[in-house]
Amino acid sequence: MPFATRIHKPLIHLFFLLFSVVSLMPFVLVFMVSITDESSIVQNGYSFFPSKLNFASYQFLFNDFGQIARSYGVTILVTLLGTTISLFITALFAYPLSRKDLPLRRTMSFILFFTMLFSGGMVPWYITYVTMVGLKNSLFGMIIPNLLMSAFNVLLMRSFFANTIPESIIESGTIDGANELTIFLKLVVPLSAPIMATIALFNLLAFWNDWYNCMLFIDKPELINIQYLMTKTLNNIQFLVMKADSSSQVGELLAKMPTEGVRMALAIIGIAPLLIAYPFFQKYYISGITSGAVKG
Amino acid sequence: MPTLASSDVPVPTVTVVPSRQRIFRKKIKKYRALLLMMIPGLAYLILNNYIPMYGVILAFKELNYVDGIFGSPWAGLYNFKFLFNSPDAYLITRNTVLYNGAFIIVNTSIALLIALLVNEIKDKVVTRFYQSTFLLPHIISMVVVAYLVYSFLNAESDFINRQLANWFGFDSISWYNEANYWPYVLVIVNAWKSVGYLAIIYFAAIIGIDKEYYEAATIDGASKWKQMTRITIPLIAPMIIVMTLLSISTIMRSDFGLFYQVPMNSGPLMPTTNTIDTFVYRAMIVRGDIGMSTAAGVYQSVVCFFLILGANFAVRRISKDNALF
Repeated sequence: MPFATRIHKPLIHLFFLLFSVVSLMPFVLVFMVSITDESSIVQNGYSFFPSKLNFASYQFLFNDFGQIARSYGVTILVTLLGTTISLFITALFAYPLSRKDLPLRRTMSFILFFTMLFSGGMVPWYITYVTMVGLKNSLFGMIIPNLLMSAFNVLLMRSFFANTIPESIIESGTIDGANELTIFLKLVVPLSAPIMATIALFNLLAFWNDWYNCMLFIDKPELINIQYLMTKTLNNIQFLVMKADSSSQVGELLAKMPTEGVRMALAIIGIAPLLIAYPFFQKYYISGITSGAVKG
Repeated sequence: MPTLASSDVPVPTVTVVPSRQRIFRKKIKKYRALLLMMIPGLAYLILNNYIPMYGVILAFKELNYVDGIFGSPWAGLYNFKFLFNSPDAYLITRNTVLYNGAFIIVNTSIALLIALLVNEIKDKVVTRFYQSTFLLPHIISMVVVAYLVYSFLNAESDFINRQLANWFGFDSISWYNEANYWPYVLVIVNAWKSVGYLAIIYFAAIIGIDKEYYEAATIDGASKWKQMTRITIPLIAPMIIVMTLLSISTIMRSDFGLFYQVPMNSGPLMPTTNTIDTFVYRAMIVRGDIGMSTAAGVYQSVVCFFLILGANFAVRRISKDNALF
């Protein structure tokens, strides 16, 4: 092995290890703060190596678990519903577009495509949903606006159908007298597991991570999802105890609360499911990104 | 009779036009199941995209809630005049464009560096590990990013002021009150979040290069460095140019979460963190100025539209496959 190769390999690994540390470090810091004793935070600030550990923040959160459990419930429900509906709508729109013989194909493609070029902006969009559809304080306010069907995902699916489903399969289905819906459900969908998984994963992450729709369309605390609960708590820790029965109780709770630790503990509770699931889905996520980039 | 004369003329067309229509109608009938499948998606596009597009008329109206959207009086270009006469218009345009410019340069360089170096590692497992580690910041929401940034920068107990300031002996900084640091903060945060994603896209382009080029180069005695600069970079150059042009076409759009969540909506940071998207949101929600916020959105959309057309024209000339249309 030439000298230059011997020397540059370890250097590359060193660079990447440093970069991995940079990628992961903020998560570690937040976790460490969440298990640091409040007195230690006051004394030394946030640290990767706290002088005193304490799980009081988690205990505090679990004592008043109502809001968190509720927000988690909202997030899970919205994510499941949203991902399912979204996958259906996207696939049903993308499949006909992949059929070269479809009448009105160019018109439909243009209608889809133009939404990527021009938008009316956020204000008319918001007013449409609030005044025409009445989505304010509805669970569907976190499902329908913007997240239900992305033109990008439709194009991704369309090119998968067009490139990997052999026309002969569709023809054989037609000869056997199957109607288009049966052909789609019985022949095309089973062959499209990879793209379905990819789009479902994209949707899942979009719904799970959404706080924007919640911020715009939801006022009621009982409908707030976990991401927006985290936003509210970051800006004002009191939000967590606001539902306490009386103001004296609020004061009492606030006095007892390890403020900084609770904040970070909530962050950890909020991201834990994603971090735990990540090693299992990262493979599909990466291949989804690259298939989008190559075929675009 | 005139009717007879006029009915004489269309006879040939009567036989041609309906037959074409009939073919079309027959085709529609044959494919009606497929067309019906598209209805939910079509309805969604109309609701989510096309009705709001029509809603841009709000920018030309003086909205009052008594008369509603359609009954409110026209205001001509008043909202646009009001917008462009305020100092905000320049500030938010400058911020949006400069931030995006910095993002394009910083993110593209780091992502390319990573992609090129990952390509040098032949061990698949290790490559996979690095890729998924670098991608992790990309899958989390901006809310979580705001928490992570807060843990480094908050006023009393943050990591940088309490630990790094001690180690390196600089004065502590009140990050959320001092606007001049935020261009650096946001560029770093954005790079942290999106470089992994970009690197994977570039890496996919690199591993798509035909291995024979490298085999031939090795036989000719080309060093790794030569192979990188003479084979890899020239071959992915169209990809780099396309990605950059596409980013330039959205230079007027900003990631709302990055500019709203990460600075935690802090007032003193406005001069360097307010972009078109945060401005539109605040003008609508906080000030309730529907006309002017719509106008700002229209301004953004129209400029974007022409930038996309321009970028696509340029992309088509470089690589037709990568053009949007």
